[in-house]
Amino acid sequence: MHLLNDISRKLTALVVMLVAMVAPAVAADTSEQHDSESKINPKEIIFEHLGDGYGWEVPFNHHIRIPLPVIVWGQDGLHCFLSSRVEHGKEYTDGNATFKIADDNSPYKGKIVEIIDGKEYKPWDFSITKNVCALFIAIILVMWSILAVAKWHRNMGHKAPRKFVGAIEALITFIYDGVIKPTLGAKAPRFAPYLLTVFFFILYMNLLGLIVVFPGGANLTGNIAVTLVLALITFFITNFMGTKHYWKEVLWPDVPLWLKFPIPIMPVIEIFGVFTKPAALTVRLFANMMGGHMIVIVLTLLIFIFGAMGAAVAGATTVVSVCFSVFMLLIDVLVSFIQAYVFTMLSTLFIAFGQEDGHHEKKETKTANN
Amino acid sequence: MELFKPDFGLIFWMFVAFAILFFVLYKWGWPAIMKGVESRADLIDKGVEYAQNAKEQLDHAREQADKTLAEARKQQADMLREADRMKTQIIDEAREAARKEAAKVMDAAKISIAQERKEAEKQFRNEVSAFALDIATKVVKGDLADKQQQKKLVDSLISDMEKQN
Repeated sequence: MHLLNDISRKLTALVVMLVAMVAPAVAADTSEQHDSESKINPKEIIFEHLGDGYGWEVPFNHHIRIPLPVIVWGQDGLHCFLSSRVEHGKEYTDGNATFKIADDNSPYKGKIVEIIDGKEYKPWDFSITKNVCALFIAIILVMWSILAVAKWHRNMGHKAPRKFVGAIEALITFIYDGVIKPTLGAKAPRFAPYLLTVFFFILYMNLLGLIVVFPGGANLTGNIAVTLVLALITFFITNFMGTKHYWKEVLWPDVPLWLKFPIPIMPVIEIFGVFTKPAALTVRLFANMMGGHMIVIVLTLLIFIFGAMGAAVAGATTVVSVCFSVFMLLIDVLVSFIQAYVFTMLSTLFIAFGQEDGHHEKKETKTANN
Repeated sequence: MELFKPDFGLIFWMFVAFAILFFVLYKWGWPAIMKGVESRADLIDKGVEYAQNAKEQLDHAREQADKTLAEARKQQADMLREADRMKTQIIDEAREAARKEAAKVMDAAKISIAQERKEAEKQFRNEVSAFALDIATKVVKGDLADKQQQKKLVDSLISDMEKQN
């Protein structure tokens, strides 16, 4: 109980801090725009915050960004340079190739392009962007936390872990004993490493996304590429490690013959289902996390949109918006956990579908378990 | 809708990063944790079982001790009773033996008394005969003349002696 209280207190402090930081960051954004265009473009701000970037924003300043390496494979080979070279629409010439970030009119808007004879070509882009960098940070944090628990088990023997290690271990056993074991049964140890890795990876990415300043702030799990990769891995595991019975259920399901013989209605539906499962995984996590981020940004932006209407309106909106933002961020902390949990649970379920044995064997294993 | 277009670079790095993360945790993370958690659970189970057994044994031992104590008490009482019985028996036996001994002594005494009496009688007879001889000597010395009288005297003497006896 004490630990929980401690964690919740720290989390609350964190969330309050986040809100305190998101407001000035957006304020810096908007005040900057205020000077130049004296008009807020909410859509642009929202998409800039949700999307990727070649540099990493710093709070209270819209000009300076933490430069990150750009790695591209252009027409004449590999080019590496810092993102600060192509900031603010500058062109950068590396050897014979010239690069710049495409402007708003280009079809490659916001991406690095190579300019050859005045034309824009999109090179293979392996840049360590803001999202990739955040990805690495998340990976390092997950590795560090899990290896800390592993180290505890290796060095401290059977002593009860406390504080951080204890909390992480509680999460591990919560997922393993609560989700993986009941669903996969005897096959749980085989798939647990992947599922647990996915859970902690998503959880850390989600929570890091809620931190607005440097180590966090990237909308990683709200990026479809990230969720797509995770869903694809689950898809591959489900189908490539699937049993004979699973494929029989897909291609020749246990339904009346007329549903599958002249026109294969059921097999088509089943095969369709094989692909909708990862799609559902992708979109669920992506939409949930992106939605959460978007709502917090929109609520914060409301202050500046209504700010144009006078001090009284701005003041009132500020109070309401901040209250709602705090509320939404708290909800997002919950959602971060729930979405990681749901992704893990659904992955477990899909993998379990692929691991189903024939009904006979299933009954046998059930009685054996009892 | 650039948000719905997955970025090639991010997909690439995501695959690489996730592969590395998975490999590291698969190798050095999860097995150690799973094994540790499992063995700790086993240890706790064993500990609980051990404690239960110990409690059971303790209860059993207490019962056993009570039983032993009661038995010992019973034995003690038995022994006391036995000792008491033996005491009376010994006393009785001793009394009997004493009685027998006394009877024996008495018998012996009786026999010796009878013997002694016989002896005394013999002695007396000898003495009497000695006396008689003395008397006879005296009579013979005094009244040898009168044969009649002698005879009378002898007779009276003998009758006296007989009376005496």
